[in-house]
Amino acid sequence: MVSLTEFNQNMIQNILHVYVSWTRYVLFLVMAFYTYLNFRYFSVDESRQKRICARQIWLMLFLHLISYSVLYLNTLDPAVAVFYCLQVVFFLCFILVYRAFYPRASRLLVNNMCMLLCVGFIMLTRLSYERAVRQFIIAALSAVVAWIIPAVVRRAGFLSKIPWAYAAVGIFLLAAVCVVGNTSFGAQLSISIGGFSIQPSEFVKILYVLFAAGMLSRSVKLKNVAVTTAAAAVHVLILVLSRDLGSALLFFLTYLFMLYAATSDLRWMGAGLLGGSLAAAAAYQFFSHVQSRVLAWRDPWSDIDNKGYQITQSLFAIGTGSWFGLGLYEGMPRRIPVVEKDFIFAAISEEMGALFALCVLLICLGCFLQFVLLAGRLENMFCKLTAFGLGTMYIVQVFLTVGGVIKFIPSTGVTLPLVSYGGSSLLSTFILFGVIQGLYSMI
Amino acid sequence: MRKLWEKLKKEDHFSQPSGGRRHPNESMLRLTYVVVAVFVGMILYEGWFLAVRREDTINNSYNARLDSFAERVVRGRIVSGDGTVLAETVVGEDGSEIRRYPFGPLFSHVVGYSSMGRTGLEDLAHFYLLSSHVNLIEHTLRELMGEKNMGDTVVTTLDPVLQQTAYDALGDRRGAVVVLEPDTGRVLVMVSKPGFDPNTVAGEWDSLVSADNTSGQLLNRAAQGLYPPGSTFKTVMLLEYIREHPEDYGDFRFDCDGCYEDGEYAIRCYHGNAHGTQTLEEAFANSCNGAFAYLGKQLDAGKLAATAKELLFNSDIPISLPYSRSAYMMGEDADLWERLQTSIGQGRTQISPLHNALLAAAIANGGTLMKPYFIDHIENAGGDRIRGFLPSAYGSLMTAEEAAVLTGMMEKVVAGGTASAVKSDLYTAAAKTGSAEFEAGRETHAWMIGFAPAENPRLAVSVIVEEGGSGGSAAAPIARKIFDAYFSR
Repeated sequence: MVSLTEFNQNMIQNILHVYVSWTRYVLFLVMAFYTYLNFRYFSVDESRQKRICARQIWLMLFLHLISYSVLYLNTLDPAVAVFYCLQVVFFLCFILVYRAFYPRASRLLVNNMCMLLCVGFIMLTRLSYERAVRQFIIAALSAVVAWIIPAVVRRAGFLSKIPWAYAAVGIFLLAAVCVVGNTSFGAQLSISIGGFSIQPSEFVKILYVLFAAGMLSRSVKLKNVAVTTAAAAVHVLILVLSRDLGSALLFFLTYLFMLYAATSDLRWMGAGLLGGSLAAAAAYQFFSHVQSRVLAWRDPWSDIDNKGYQITQSLFAIGTGSWFGLGLYEGMPRRIPVVEKDFIFAAISEEMGALFALCVLLICLGCFLQFVLLAGRLENMFCKLTAFGLGTMYIVQVFLTVGGVIKFIPSTGVTLPLVSYGGSSLLSTFILFGVIQGLYSMI
Repeated sequence: MRKLWEKLKKEDHFSQPSGGRRHPNESMLRLTYVVVAVFVGMILYEGWFLAVRREDTINNSYNARLDSFAERVVRGRIVSGDGTVLAETVVGEDGSEIRRYPFGPLFSHVVGYSSMGRTGLEDLAHFYLLSSHVNLIEHTLRELMGEKNMGDTVVTTLDPVLQQTAYDALGDRRGAVVVLEPDTGRVLVMVSKPGFDPNTVAGEWDSLVSADNTSGQLLNRAAQGLYPPGSTFKTVMLLEYIREHPEDYGDFRFDCDGCYEDGEYAIRCYHGNAHGTQTLEEAFANSCNGAFAYLGKQLDAGKLAATAKELLFNSDIPISLPYSRSAYMMGEDADLWERLQTSIGQGRTQISPLHNALLAAAIANGGTLMKPYFIDHIENAGGDRIRGFLPSAYGSLMTAEEAAVLTGMMEKVVAGGTASAVKSDLYTAAAKTGSAEFEAGRETHAWMIGFAPAENPRLAVSVIVEEGGSGGSAAAPIARKIFDAYFSR
């Protein structure tokens, strides 16, 4: 005989399932409206821009609330409820503190940071509560660290004068990883210091952009460009030697974009692309893991058990989730290896829907467009190139990770900034956005 | 703060672009266009994947997500075009589910089973069967009540009457029959014998897969069986001869005394029949081995291999069920014996009954091969159409002129040759028989491929009876019964 409690429990399960399947549509609508406002922002005057940003905050909080209600009902864990409240406090503090201290900072960018973090927290809580908590703590610490960055940027005129210091530190750190780094998934990415595993390349990214901006803003004469290119190439080469090909590609493309922005000379661009293609061909010849990545991209189905496993599981996740997703806890995102890092986009797509995931992608693109607009308005060449370089670094990384997840390009193993799990990536993205916010006060 | 900024500005290096150089903003804008274009491309790609590639991608046994659908959906029905149920799930009072196949072994390979893994349409349509498109309110209510929703119905192209006809005609013999519509690619019949009863396959599993079992009931001979094509391969030889002698193939003559001797080798006609002086048409109609061995020697081996490749030997064939690739192995350096043997469809050449059916269908359809398919459309449990599948062309295997010549020749095979068993007043058939040797001292495999009506083909068939003897006497009568059943409607 079915007892009454058992019946009730079944009923609760059923209601929950229906609730989850309906919230998918609500979440998408909220996300779509938020994303729309993100682009609408650019075509209205300043007072309405503020209204738009205020509305975005409400939308984000609503989306956050609905998602966590699903997460809570599925786990019935009071810790999740507490975790939710802490996040709300964090978001509100982050937004308010920015407004109080940096009135000229871009509210839209602050909102977008919160939205991307929010999506990341939701998905990570779904995937692994412990990791989500860890991510939250790192985010909170990073926010504190990054809070002072804009102040440093706008006060520090010396930033543009020490390009070689950036290069020296950057190359040293990359070389250190290359020599003593821990190997994971065939690449040396991190070094352990006092129990913490740190990925220096995440921070070298920013130094690298500052270096290139510093050098290229001085002069675009042949000699200077040649020297700068050589130093940039050293960065890329060390990354290749560490087998961190995603980062190598990221650094390479970022430099190429900055070089073209600074010189407006297509010959440099052509030479860079030619060199890059030759290097890629060479890498394909000499590194077996490059070949296997490319093969896994071209035909993952023929080696579905092994090399093609990750990408095919990702495609299953995205395809089974379809446009509106299966709903939180209704899919199997954990079947994708490294899902919380490189393949978080597939997990979002599976459970929250491809349309939702594409909104995330558009928000990232919106951030990039803001960076470029900012760069366009900055008079100072160093600041201009820095803003543009950081924007490029950011958007190329988004492209590499999302493109890899959906099999648009071979998978390169980079994270989705602010969304993927990973302390170094989170902190460095906070710093990156902090630098950009600092530059806003220079317009 | 402003002062600080002014100061900073002065101290900073200003490398503002000089005169002729483009402003950096312009370059940045260009690069931004590139980035936006790449992202738009990526989004379009994702849309294409979801709209077009999604179903084929996720309907994969490595995708465990589909299996979890079964927790909320009752596996849908598989029905024939006229609504006859071929497979359905019966839910008991206690919620237990049994998959029932009303026709037992009749559709064992093509519909397949879903108990011990999945095969046939049960595998092909797994995703559809576990998707439910009942209306949203009913869907929600049922989920609230904790009841499963009914999965969608897969409406196949299969024709139960023709399937039964073919199945009965084959009787207790081993073999396979494939029937499809040449102008659409709709597969109407796919029989493979011996079969098994999918209702009880789980219980009989051990004996079906045991090492002592030599019957191969689980093997879908229609698609996975490979046989020497025997004289049905003469259609390929004929096509190649026409290609190499477009003007004067009518002048071909061969004097058959029942045994063609070339050096130390001899090629005998079936039962040593002496056909006398043969034109190309007569040699084809009478399936004269000597004539074709003689003809084959004159052909360019490289071009013949290329033609075989065009006709999908050694290639993938456009079908979603598991199949074996047909093999054409003769290289340009083949010795005389292999050349003679290959010319009459023996040697190392192997073909599946399905592939042979596709060749007949392509000839029937003016040289254009339509992709064979099994699912006509998907309905929800209430009978509302969810999505349909349209015929699509694979491509052209030969020109319309070549197809017309082959059709004419194949009509003669029926009118006055080895396939007289399919001669009827109801329709004009075109066919080619084959009697394929596979082991010395054993009876030959009996083949027939063909289509009808020759002037406007609506059915293409391929029949093989293992160790059935001659194609004309064992395979052609089976085709005859199928044609009769279809054209007497």
